[in-house]
Parts: sequence; C-alpha cells; structure tokens
Amino acid sequence: MVAELTPRGPDGTGYYSAAGIGLGHARLSIIDLEGGGQPIHNEDRTVWTVFNGEIFNYVELRRDLERRGHRFYTHSDTEVIVHLYDEYGDDFPGRMNGQFAIALWDTRRRRLLLVRDRPGILPLYFSRQDNRLLFASEVKGLLPAMSNRPELNFAALDQLMTFWAPTSPASLFSGVEEVSPAEMVIVEAGQVRRRRYWEWDFATDRDYLTGSTESLAEELSELLLDATRLRLRADVPVGAYLSGGLDSSGIAALVRHLGHPDLHTFSIGFEDPGLDEREHQVRISKYLDTRHASVLCRHGDIAAIFPQVIRRTEAPILRTAPAPMAILSALVRRHDYKVVLTGEGADEVFGGYDLFKEAKIRQFWARQPESMRRPMLLRRLYPYLDLNQRGGQAYLKRFFGQGLDQPDSPGFSHLPRWITTGKTREFLSSDLRASLPNDPVEGLIATLPESFGTWHPFNRAQYLEAKTLMAGYLLNSQGDRMLMANSVEGRFPFLDHRVIEFANRLHPRHKMRVLNEKYLLKRALAKYLPAETIARFKQPYRAPDIAAFFGSGASPPDYVTECLSVRSLHETGYFDPQRVQHLLRKIEHGRVIGFKDNMAFLAVLSTQLWHRIFIDRQDIPVGQITTSDASNSYS
Amino acid sequence: MPTVDRLRRYVLESFLFTTDESALDNDDSFLDKGIIDSTGILELVTFLEQEFGIQIADEELLPENLDSIDRLVNFIHRKQS
Repeated sequence: MVAELTPRGPDGTGYYSAAGIGLGHARLSIIDLEGGGQPIHNEDRTVWTVFNGEIFNYVELRRDLERRGHRFYTHSDTEVIVHLYDEYGDDFPGRMNGQFAIALWDTRRRRLLLVRDRPGILPLYFSRQDNRLLFASEVKGLLPAMSNRPELNFAALDQLMTFWAPTSPASLFSGVEEVSPAEMVIVEAGQVRRRRYWEWDFATDRDYLTGSTESLAEELSELLLDATRLRLRADVPVGAYLSGGLDSSGIAALVRHLGHPDLHTFSIGFEDPGLDEREHQVRISKYLDTRHASVLCRHGDIAAIFPQVIRRTEAPILRTAPAPMAILSALVRRHDYKVVLTGEGADEVFGGYDLFKEAKIRQFWARQPESMRRPMLLRRLYPYLDLNQRGGQAYLKRFFGQGLDQPDSPGFSHLPRWITTGKTREFLSSDLRASLPNDPVEGLIATLPESFGTWHPFNRAQYLEAKTLMAGYLLNSQGDRMLMANSVEGRFPFLDHRVIEFANRLHPRHKMRVLNEKYLLKRALAKYLPAETIARFKQPYRAPDIAAFFGSGASPPDYVTECLSVRSLHETGYFDPQRVQHLLRKIEHGRVIGFKDNMAFLAVLSTQLWHRIFIDRQDIPVGQITTSDASNSYS
Repeated sequence: MPTVDRLRRYVLESFLFTTDESALDNDDSFLDKGIIDSTGILELVTFLEQEFGIQIADEELLPENLDSIDRLVNFIHRKQS
C-alpha cells in the first residue's frame, strides 16, 4: 500500500503495527529533515499518528503545549498532533492552521481518527472491507489490499459530468469514500461516524464586518502577510508559482515584502498566444526581482503525458488543464525545490470568477426579466466569446436566462454552468443512464447547510464553488495530484482558514464593486504590486483541450484511437459508441468545436483511460515530452 | 441533396451525435431542446455560411431565423432568392 504512494513521499517510509492497527507512511521531508520520520507518538506511546501535510502554526502550538507539560522528542510539526489530541480530545483539529490528512490511533480507547483540513487541500480516502477499514491518501494505496476488484461508481461519474468532480464523500471507485474537507471520521467499536469540525459559514446583514474600505484592506493585508509568513516555514527552500495574474503575483510580492531572500519563481507558457501569459510573468518577476524559470508546454506534451495525468488524478477530467500543472511541478523539482506557494483559492474566497459576475448580472436581470438592456451586461463578461462580438443578443439572453424565473433557488448562480456541463452526460450509454439513482443537482442541493438560504446570493455562489469545483477539482485533480506527481508540496496562503473566515464576514460589495472582482483584495495588495497588475483584465487559466490531441492535422496518439474505438467503448459499456464516433468524425473534419464537445471528448477519453489503468490494470506508455526550460535571473 | 436533408444530417450528426432520424423533428426548437449552446450557434452559422454560400449579418442571429430545421430552411431560401 505504501509503495503505491511513493511520489507523495519519496524520502523515506515508516510503519507501526499493533493488535488491530497498522499505520504506514511515505515521507516527503520538509520540516525536521533528520528527526521527523513517522509514525510519531506521544510521551507514553499511547497515541500514534501518520500524516501528510503541514501544521504551519506548530511553533506556537508546541510552545503552548510545552507550557502545559507536554514533552517533545522531535522538532517536527507532526508531533504537535498527538499532544494536541491528548490535551483537547476530538476538538484538536480546530487548533491547527494547516493543510493535512491525518490518521491518529488511540491505543487506550482503540479508536482511529481520520481528519482532513478545512478547504480540502490534502486528499484522504477509506474503504470498509468486511471487518476491516483501509485508509490512504490516494485510492491507489487502497487497491492492493481491497478484497474485491473495484468498479466505477456510476453516480460519481454522473456528478463529475455535472460539477467537474464527484460530490463529497463519493469517489469514482465503488466502495471507496473520501474524508470530506473539514471532517473527522471516527472509527470506534466497529462503527464509523463522520463529524464536521468547521464550515464555510457566511455572515448575514446582522453580522457583516464594519469599518471603512481602507481599514478592512489594511486588516486583510496584515492577515495575508501572516498567512504567507507561516507558509514560509520549512527546512528546505520555498519557491512560488507565478502565473502573471493578481493572485500569484500578490503572494510572491508578500514573500518579498517579508524579506525572503532570493525568491525563485516558476511558471508555464503555451504556444497559443491566447493562452500564453509569459510576457506578464517575466514583467512581474523583474518587478519583484525573483529568480525566474519557465517551461513551454506544447500541445503534444499534454497528449504525451495524459495517461500519466489520469493515473495521478484517479478520476476523469473535463479539461486538460491539470496536465500543464504536472509539467510545471516537474520544472520545480528539476530546480531542486519541493515546496511552492501559489495563489490558489483567491478567486473562491474573494469572488474573482466570471461566474460570480454572471450570477450578479442574472440576479439584476431577474428583477426585470423583460428588460432588453440588463442582459446586455453579460457581453462585458465574455469578450473572448465570438458570439458577443457578432451580436447574437437574442441568443445570449436565452443561454444565460436559464432559471431566471427562480432567482432564489439554491443553485441559481451555477445553473447555466451545470446545464452546459451536464450535456456531456448525453454521451453516457443508455444502460448506465438507466442505472443512475437521482439528478446530481437535486442530490447536491439536499446536502446544503440550513443557513444557506439566509446568505446573500453572492455568498451562496461562493459556497457552491468552494464545495464543488474548488475542493473536488481545483485543489485535487488540478492541485495536489499534479504537484505530488513530482513530489512537490503546494502551499496556499489565501486558503488560510483565518483569511477565509475574514472574507466570509465581508459584505459582498467589498468583494465585487459593481463588476470589479476581488475589490478588497486588490486594495489590500495595491501597495505591493504595479498598478498594471492590479488593473489587468483577469485571464482565466486554460490549456488546449481537443487541440492537444488533434492539433495541426497530426494523428492522435495510439492510446486515443484505442480507448475510443467501438470495441473499447463496448467493453467498458460506459458510453454510447455511436455518439462518440460522430464526435470523433466532427473533430476530424475540423468543424468548429465548442465547450460541450471539448468537455465530452475529455470525459470519454479520461474515463476510458481511468478504466484501463485502475480496472484493467494496464500500463499505457508515457510519450516523449518536448518541453524546454527557460531560466532567467533578474537579480 | 435537398436543403432540408442537408440541414437535418448536419444537426443530427454534429449536435445530437446520431443518425437516428427520429431524434429530431423539423419543428423542434434547438434552444428549448438544449440542442445548441452558446458556442453551438457559432458552429451553426459557420456551417450555413460555408455550406450554402451565404453571409449572415449580426442582426439576423435570431431564434426566428435559426431555431429549428423549418426556420433554417425558410431563412436559407430567403437569403438565396
């Protein structure tokens, strides 16, 4: 089991076993390189833990615990976990500022706790097998010990083809569940209980933060500095990703402001000028005086490593965007770095996505549904959509007017996206569709917290985004999995729970002023960044999708042809072979390919690959990557 | 091939990914049935311009012209005459 997790922990392994329990650990050493091996125990060896991640406030926690009489035998952050448990019992996770997947065994009470960090940065799965419970950071760690051959969880695939990820706690593997973000799973006396220790809770009119924009921006600035300062704690060098946008530039600027010497930044570029941001990356790198390295991702590179990407994600993906992130983490590793700070989370926490603007405009429009002018605001949102440039106002109105008659419905903000994404499900085979239990949207709505309806519509949209796309896809398939593919740890100051809690108490007008996104964040970062970075039009991170496999008239790699053949599609039974063949013909004819076609193609290809890798256990050769590094020093 | 058949084949194969003729009636609304999305309309317009040698102006991008097989047939005949 542990060997399967080697990329997550290449620096050593450790084991503990006793009656009724076995703990194993693969280590990526970052803090206390010599003495931090796991498992780790308390003073009298009655509490044991293995964990993946970081407890950033371990210095302060240790000081407090030592004052309370606890004795430590290492200098690692891991050790605070067992003492915190001894001191605070099941409330211990709330004391920690960090990103973690923890297994803790209490020999006295013979109970196992599985705990995951608040936003869901680190993955953690478990499976109940007769009278045993298996757990691991990735499903591939469970597979060797599972008594039954795993199968595809149809309901989870249905959710993924609606929300981009399964709805927690489901996984793509039948019989395998995840520990949900901010959750503790308690295994005791043959019972398994789930307990939530934190929630994305939002303020309402009664308890929004008060104060001037200036004072709130100052408070946020201090908070972000501290979140960044804590995330620089390591016994190895810490670098940073630099996308060229506001969020990662802001984090790199905060690092420089904290006096971190010789910051190394890393970025990725694309051949397609519509996706490439290297010019902005170099400019901000020069401004912040960082040592900068970038790697160019070519279309063929994505196709070459795609099977390996699916092996890491353990789930189908609807875009290729994770693949370049694996190429980027490989660049980091080639420079002998294993920790990077990134700007991930800012768009969810401070309201940066176009989806939030779209929802705001649709709310505004819903108040006067007959208005011809109100929906025209949508044209400001998607300047890269040719439809807007060509006019097509009647169509714009129809596409985004979905659900307009129910502006208070819980899913209002996300309905157009879910409907568009959900169209990919038309490619599912009739047998699979017939076996699906219920509508994924209804299923998600049923899990929303009671207070959801009392929140401002903007905050409801943020909640849905954090719970579906961010936790399930961005932090997982596109985040942790692509970082850990090359044994690199990502750290995310914007996802410090104090930052989230502060942002969740802000009135939405501080997040979006008219249609100016991340308003307060821009104010907070203005003193650290050039004005052009603050004012720059937000460019969503995208990578070539179908074009990565069929670009420039080239034939796709053999595995694409093989996975999408009628024979393979019949064998797995997941998709309708006739529809897939029509889609392939459309691609080969080079007809204009829209969002839906791109997502459908990737859903089918990645699910077929998933089946080959995890069900059939086949090796798919990894193609050659032709990427070239460009390292520059501006210091 | 008659215009109506060319259009039907295109919509069936490119948007419904099938050759099953029963999947599409000539008066089915592309919008109401979710057959065409925001990028699909561009595909459709590109196809019409290339296949039938017509130019479609922005102000003609209306469901009244483009939202079913029947409407498309009428629109193309008007443009060609």
